[in-house]
Amino acid sequence: MALSIIESCVNCYACEPLCPSQAIAKADPHFLIDAKKCTECDGDFADPQCATICPIEGAILNAAGEAINPPGSLTGIPPFKLAEAMAEIQAR
Amino acid sequence: MELKVLGQDNSKSASAPAGGCSSGTCGSSEDGMGHLPDHVRQKVHNHPCYSEEAHHFYARMHVAVAPACNIQCHYCNRKYDCANESRPGVVSELLSPDQAAKKVLAVASEIPQMTVLGVAGPGDPLANPERTFSTFRQIADKAPDIKLCLSTNGLALPDHIDEIVALNVDHVTITINCVDPEVGAKIYPWVFWNNKRIKGAKGAKILIERQQQGLEMLIERGILVKVNSVLIPGVNDEHLKEVSKIVKAKGTFLHNVMPLIAEAEHGTFYGVMGQRGPNKQELSDLQDACAGDMNMMRHCRQCRADAVGLLGEDRGQEFTLDKIDVLDIDYAAAMEKRAHVHAGIEAHRDALRAEKAEKTSIDLIAPQGTPPARIAVTTKGGGVINEHFGHAKEFLVYEASPEGVRFIGPRKVENAYCVGPDVCPAGEEKGTVLDAILAALDDCSAVLSAKVGIEPWSRLEDAGITPSGEFAMDEIDEAVKGMYLQLIEQGWSGKDLDVRAVG
Ligand code: SF4
Ligand code: SF4
Repeated sequence: MALSIIESCVNCYACEPLCPSQAIAKADPHFLIDAKKCTECDGDFADPQCATICPIEGAILNAAGEAINPPGSLTGIPPFKLAEAMAEIQAR
Repeated sequence: MELKVLGQDNSKSASAPAGGCSSGTCGSSEDGMGHLPDHVRQKVHNHPCYSEEAHHFYARMHVAVAPACNIQCHYCNRKYDCANESRPGVVSELLSPDQAAKKVLAVASEIPQMTVLGVAGPGDPLANPERTFSTFRQIADKAPDIKLCLSTNGLALPDHIDEIVALNVDHVTITINCVDPEVGAKIYPWVFWNNKRIKGAKGAKILIERQQQGLEMLIERGILVKVNSVLIPGVNDEHLKEVSKIVKAKGTFLHNVMPLIAEAEHGTFYGVMGQRGPNKQELSDLQDACAGDMNMMRHCRQCRADAVGLLGEDRGQEFTLDKIDVLDIDYAAAMEKRAHVHAGIEAHRDALRAEKAEKTSIDLIAPQGTPPARIAVTTKGGGVINEHFGHAKEFLVYEASPEGVRFIGPRKVENAYCVGPDVCPAGEEKGTVLDAILAALDDCSAVLSAKVGIEPWSRLEDAGITPSGEFAMDEIDEAVKGMYLQLIEQGWSGKDLDVRAVG
């Protein structure tokens, strides 16, 4: 049972000091969670702290490999809107 | 009020300066500081960040030590630096507190005009308290003459007041965009609070309460507080007048209104959803309405998170980590040198002031009823026109009217027209760079530089902006006045100011 940080992490340091299990460390190219140490914050907090402060959608996955913060959940930008804007910019 | 998205009516969402924030709260005195107690006025008057005149002579710097943030703003994309404190889409090099302290001490020894160190991002300084305060502690220890400042969203502010006071932090800037949680819900999608992510109006309410509480605590402890607000048409434009009234009543010495910058390519909520920014007229109307005569503050250029040097110049390249690593600095000697240079600057400013006082008359500089003209100047500092048009990445815009000359604000452009001292761009690229400059100056009727090249000269003229190199090395106020009189003589009859604001 552990969360993981993937490459979309922007290295903002927000998660690292919050982890009750000292499971998060700065690494290259991005922060990493030590699966052996991560407790999913069980017993310490109701919500996994790293995924609760992380500002980047999709950067932190649950044990099943799913994004805890899926597209649109943090920025409020509907995914289709983002896709439209990207397409429009690329067409310029 | 619904958040306006694509296809909105852009014509009239901001208003003329009416009601809301009239006499009293806006400051009735000439310098816009009428609402302030004497000791605060004293402190602000000569402050390099807040005195329009002083900032021509002193340098400030910011260091990027604070990456984490505890809230999300709709004008920010966390892949970049905090959009409120920097230009959008900029990523600065993150420094450790030790590296940052080293850099600051190196700059303060090489550029003795240096007076203020700020921490503003890339995230929120108080969401990274160890990193921020460790940097400050090292500077307070080795260069106690350097003033410290920080900018915060306010969420964590009440928790750190003692540390701020203990470190003798000179001033704190709080970004306050609203005092109503319903408005806040359209600006802040979430805040991180008590180990939970709290969304919508509920989160905004917590943020607002903490901002106001932190503001009150700082004032109580005698710390200068400035408030920044981002003007978001259709979301908080009218509301900012209420914000202004409240923060000033509590003792904020300055309320600085900045334009929203939202482009789809920045990937922000507002950018992608098509929220527009204010035009230049909407911005100055609201600034006038909320701030009274803000001559004093409009020069605030939200120093980029890692810019180094005077005014618009950036000497950052001279202070990269590998370069400062080999520098051997004598802290005490550097501090003495600064004291010496600052005394020289003050003597020069006193002389300038005395000269001005002699010349100042209450006469109008032009016939009553002459329309005001906006005039841009390029400068490297020292309060004179000494920068070539082609080298300027920043233009200072002044407004001349029959009553006199006042400062409107800085206009930044991404690229200077010339890429190097002798290299001017060729072909298409040249066109785009110049287009951006013309757009930034589209409310101006003239631009005064040490020198203006032939090609930009004719493009400027075509755009209705009279270029001039005639005022090279002249004092800015005098030059702007001189150009205004020339314009009037040439039969100039005003310019439409309803054009888009550029940060
Ligand atoms: S879920 Fe909790 S324990 Fe696991 S890495 Fe995140 S903060 Fe640490
Ligand atoms: S909070 Fe998210 S983006 Fe920031 S360092 Fe942790 S995983 Fe990376």
